[in-house]
Amino acid sequence: MTHEMVCAGFGGQGVMLIGQLLAYGGMLEGKEVTWFPSYGPEMRGGTANCSVVISDQPVGSPIVAEPDGLIAMNGPSLMRFKGVVKPGGVIVYNASLIEELPEQPAGVRLFAVATNELAQEIGNDKVGNMVALGAFLGLSKVVGLASVEAALEKVLPERRHHLIPLNISALRRGWALTEG
Amino acid sequence: MERVMMKGNEALAEGAIRAGCRYFFGYPITPQNEIPEYMARRLPEVGGVFLQAESEVSAINMVYGAGGAGGRVLTSSSSPGISLKQEGISYIAGAQVPCVIVNVARGGPGLGGLNPSQSDYFQATKGGGHGDYRLLVYAPGNAQEMVDLIGLAFDKAEEYRNPVMILSDAIMGQMMEPVALPAMRTETTEKPWATTGKQGRSKPNIINSLGLVGEDLERINIELQAKYARLAAAEVRYETDGTGEADLIVVAYGTSSRVVRSAINRLRQEGKKVGLFRPITLWPFPKEALASLAAEGKRFLVVEMSAGQLVEDVILAVNDRAKVSFFGKLNGTVPTVREVYDRILSSLPEGGEG
Repeated sequence: MTHEMVCAGFGGQGVMLIGQLLAYGGMLEGKEVTWFPSYGPEMRGGTANCSVVISDQPVGSPIVAEPDGLIAMNGPSLMRFKGVVKPGGVIVYNASLIEELPEQPAGVRLFAVATNELAQEIGNDKVGNMVALGAFLGLSKVVGLASVEAALEKVLPERRHHLIPLNISALRRGWALTEG
Repeated sequence: MERVMMKGNEALAEGAIRAGCRYFFGYPITPQNEIPEYMARRLPEVGGVFLQAESEVSAINMVYGAGGAGGRVLTSSSSPGISLKQEGISYIAGAQVPCVIVNVARGGPGLGGLNPSQSDYFQATKGGGHGDYRLLVYAPGNAQEMVDLIGLAFDKAEEYRNPVMILSDAIMGQMMEPVALPAMRTETTEKPWATTGKQGRSKPNIINSLGLVGEDLERINIELQAKYARLAAAEVRYETDGTGEADLIVVAYGTSSRVVRSAINRLRQEGKKVGLFRPITLWPFPKEALASLAAEGKRFLVVEMSAGQLVEDVILAVNDRAKVSFFGKLNGTVPTVREVYDRILSSLPEGGEG
């Protein structure tokens, strides 16, 4: 089984981080994984994205052209990638920035998360990315929530470790949206 | 062994440190900057020297000096920067000084762009600088090989007293994958030729690449060619996957080989017999292994991110015994899995009805 995902948004929304958490969580579950960032002459305030592959086999191409999962944290990212998500796939999008409900791609589950408002409820508006990731995990079950929580310790630098409980709350808040 | 996620560039840098590399000289250029950044932080922790030179030309000549004095020394750059280093590389090869040079290749010619490319294959394997010299050239295909091959590169550089190149590319460098890191190595090799002072000997060691008298230069070149022949006989590396039963063998290295692997996996699910042949040493090239597959009547497809460089070595290796087709993407674009899938399908015997 191979899962291919894209995390995309504005620079600063933490899309690279949630991509790394997905990959690291997959690795902690014994899977083969890759994480590949968009890079180069990127514009400040422009969009950033990363490709994540999680598989039972050695990963071939680390560049994901047709994902089965998408986390879109802003409108331009949703517009750019929603058309290439495979049927049966999942899109989690940031309803705080994307007001108009986009047209539903055929066979793809579209799930709105008001990441900014939910993050503020938790007490820090910077963890919207974690709320989105939690919801994505709840829908796709690509990686266990516990593995991603364990990955926080590996991915975040030590000076940020005091923020791990806050990030875990945000992940669980996102996950809870998908229950029931 | 515990695995950690690292970018290819960082995995290579940590692999170098653990293989005993203690000197780095370089000059910044995207997409290899993670290597000097990592070395700048890490080398002082292990008592090493990191120095950002004023240019690539200075950096490669610092490598020449440090290698001549017996140090395990690394430099890294990307395509235009590697072009600037070529004079120094030729001198280092001529003087038989061990060192490792990393090219995290980007598109050219000229300043080109920042995207990944494999258009430096000729430069890496056929010379680059002047004179009849060879580099041992490794092409890693994943982050673990970044660690493993950089360690091997330092050992082989010293064993043969020859510069070794790691030919990587922007994707290999930027991608994160799990790696298992080896323990820190502490053993050192004896280097009686190094310029470390006379230490009681009657004659000083001299490192240079000068052979002004005709017979001297001929003798030096005969000695070098004998060394390259030893290298070619002993150091060939490659990986095969399903080549035995394949109707078509795809030849690719580095990033291209990753895309090819995805395409092949899809084709195999559809019952097609497609194999992968991945050169790990680009020089010496695994020509005998390819020649014997050609003798078995295999067809070949070469996939690379260039206008056609690796394909020339494959054609030379199979020497008219097999059909070789080519799919190349020009600088700055990576083939998609679908493109490679389609191309393999149309290259299969009987139009793909394998």
